[in-house]
Amino acid sequence: MMDTTWIILGATSAMARATARALAAQGAGLLLAGRDTNELALIAADCRLRGARMAEAVAFDARDPATFAPLLARASGEEGELNAAVFTGSMPPQAEIDTNPALIGGMLADNFTGPAEFLHLLAPMLEARGGGTIVGVGSVAGDRGRLGNYAYGASKAAFHTYLSGLGNRLARAGAHVVTVKPGFVDTAMTWGLPGMFLVAPPEAVARAILKAARKRRNVIYAPSFWRWIMLIIRMVPEPIFKKLKI
Amino acid sequence: MIWKTLEYSGWGRALKVTGELARPERRGDLLALPPAPAFGLRRSYGDAVTNGGGRAIDMTRLDRLIAFDPATGLLEAEAGVRIGDLAALFAPMGWLPAVMPGTGFATIGGCIAQDVHGKNHHNAGSFAQHVTRLTLLMRGELVEVAAGTPLFRATAGGLGQTGVIVSASLQMVPCKGAAMMVTERRAENWDEHLAMLDNSTATYTVGWIDGTAKGEALGRGIVEEAESSTGLVKDHIPVATVPMNAPHFALSAPIVRAFNEVYYRRVPARGRTSVKPVGAFFFPLDKILEWNRLYGRRGFHQFQCVVPLASAPALREMLEEIAGSGLCSPLAVLKRMGPGRAGYMSFPMEGYTLAIDFPNRDAARALIRRLAGRAVEAGGRLYFAKDSLAEGTAMRAMYPELSEWRDEVRKADPDGNLITDLVRRLGLRSAA
Ligand SMILES: Cc1cc2nc3c(=O)[nH]c(=O)nc-3n(C[C@H](O)[C@H](O)[C@H](O)COP(=O)(O)OP(=O)(O)OC[C@H]3O[C@@H](n4cnc5c(N)ncnc54)[C@H](O)[C@@H]3O)c2cc1C
Repeated sequence: MMDTTWIILGATSAMARATARALAAQGAGLLLAGRDTNELALIAADCRLRGARMAEAVAFDARDPATFAPLLARASGEEGELNAAVFTGSMPPQAEIDTNPALIGGMLADNFTGPAEFLHLLAPMLEARGGGTIVGVGSVAGDRGRLGNYAYGASKAAFHTYLSGLGNRLARAGAHVVTVKPGFVDTAMTWGLPGMFLVAPPEAVARAILKAARKRRNVIYAPSFWRWIMLIIRMVPEPIFKKLKI
Repeated sequence: MIWKTLEYSGWGRALKVTGELARPERRGDLLALPPAPAFGLRRSYGDAVTNGGGRAIDMTRLDRLIAFDPATGLLEAEAGVRIGDLAALFAPMGWLPAVMPGTGFATIGGCIAQDVHGKNHHNAGSFAQHVTRLTLLMRGELVEVAAGTPLFRATAGGLGQTGVIVSASLQMVPCKGAAMMVTERRAENWDEHLAMLDNSTATYTVGWIDGTAKGEALGRGIVEEAESSTGLVKDHIPVATVPMNAPHFALSAPIVRAFNEVYYRRVPARGRTSVKPVGAFFFPLDKILEWNRLYGRRGFHQFQCVVPLASAPALREMLEEIAGSGLCSPLAVLKRMGPGRAGYMSFPMEGYTLAIDFPNRDAARALIRRLAGRAVEAGGRLYFAKDSLAEGTAMRAMYPELSEWRDEVRKADPDGNLITDLVRRLGLRSAA
């Protein structure tokens, strides 16, 4: 792990933090990217003290492509294997979107267009180095448009499709893409929301993510039982699905 | 959402309340919250960690290490960091938190606000005596508090009433490695038990006491003495989770008597010495997650008092009453304490401390109340981290620096935003 570097986009999220800590314990180098640079500085110090070879806070905003180039430049300065994990995302409540559809644009930038544009700029670096892994965090919500969050789900579905294509492209150069679809995770995003069940700790998702990266899995659900829940949800015929309030 | 409404309790699960909890994940989220009492991992047994019908802040996600100086062992960390994580991370590098309670699932904030003690209290004093400074969120502002100042003394052991502890600097102590050399010896009765504790020269000393033994065997137990050691030993990881509430007979008198007999005999009469992982020695119960469910749906109480050295005979009488009651559980600890304490409301005093778990039954509650009365008569005091039954007048009288504490708390939280159920029940902040 001493010569690997991970770019973590959206590094202040609970899942990102758990992943960064697990990578730190393995001695990886970390570029922790996000908007709240004070918070990122705290996370960077924590990762250094927990074993990271290097951990730096870097400003990054999925809605501001001007922030992409400096991060890429910083990453290109690191030798060895380069990897990235994308945790950026936002989930405005569907009800707020219903009253203010203009929210969709920003959400799409957080969940899809921003990360995709960044990864498109990063991909040639991985191809040039002939390896590396990209982990993209999507959501089970992207598997089917549900009444409660279909705008959010659509942005995640777009990201899933992008990641699958990117994986196809990078495989030709020896690099790899993992799509992670978490179920309910115990983070600030789900805290206090009604209807949560089987909520997984972020540390468990982080472990699943790193295992999937190591084993070069293509798509994982985290925790894994969500694969079966979503299989059932996807199989419900549309006429029936339309009557469900889930 | 910021506030989650849920039913929750302290570790004893006897007093359940419904209230709102916020759990900030970012420093900025914490600073944006309205004032409310802060909780850690809620390993306090009773209502020190409840605010029924009100709000509180769960600090467990603000758990970053901030800075460490390997030359001096000074560590700065956020309040939500777990003590057990610190031990696991730093012991291999030769450092341990100077004081650790009997569970690794306690946060730095909780350890300061209860000024906790460990198996080395007779040598090292209390937790907050090793805190050199802390950052407090007080009336919406971040305030630096240096050790020894009145505000510090009101915060250490201060039950969160001066503000939210955001971070602190801890002076760690050197250790030889991630292992402990542990010697266990039988103490056949009360007098021998006390003598072994009195004469121990070990860094860490604690007695397990068989609360069911009577007559000649009253007070028998196992005295554990330990020193830090080098050596490669397997990491201490949880081995099991108690999946659900146990039926009420799981810890009934015959079962406890049988268990204690086996537990006592497991150490040979001539004693034994072994090398254990740091976690296994300091946090033996952490091996089983959610063990508080063993006490069933109704939960349990822990009684912990400390009495001055001269009151040892009174403590013996308390133990006699406990042994006669048939109510006690296998978890019972006897320890000699030194005088070390860092705050106005800190629990420790030089003397002997006894801690025993009881299932939450009418008879046990009545027993605990009688024991509390005896502790007062003996010039001792009860521990806020364990209490949920004591009566205000008696409890306030056990803490002679209460008025100094009140003066600081009144300035720090004039509107009473940080009051918890325990503080309310015991009338700690009302003018006497
Ligand atoms: C198995 C077991 C063994 C134990 N052994 C010991 C022992 O050997 N010695 C000992 O002294 N204790 C012991 N305890 C008690 C335990 O150490 C204390 O209750 C400790 O306070 C628990 O830490 P916590 O993080 O869970 O704090 P909590 O229980 O959540 O909170 C304790 C108090 O601190 C306040 N608080 C917590 N965090 C903050 C913060 N960030 N800012 C301001 N106030 C805050 C709370 O309001 C509350 O008043 C034991 C408990 C268990 C369950």
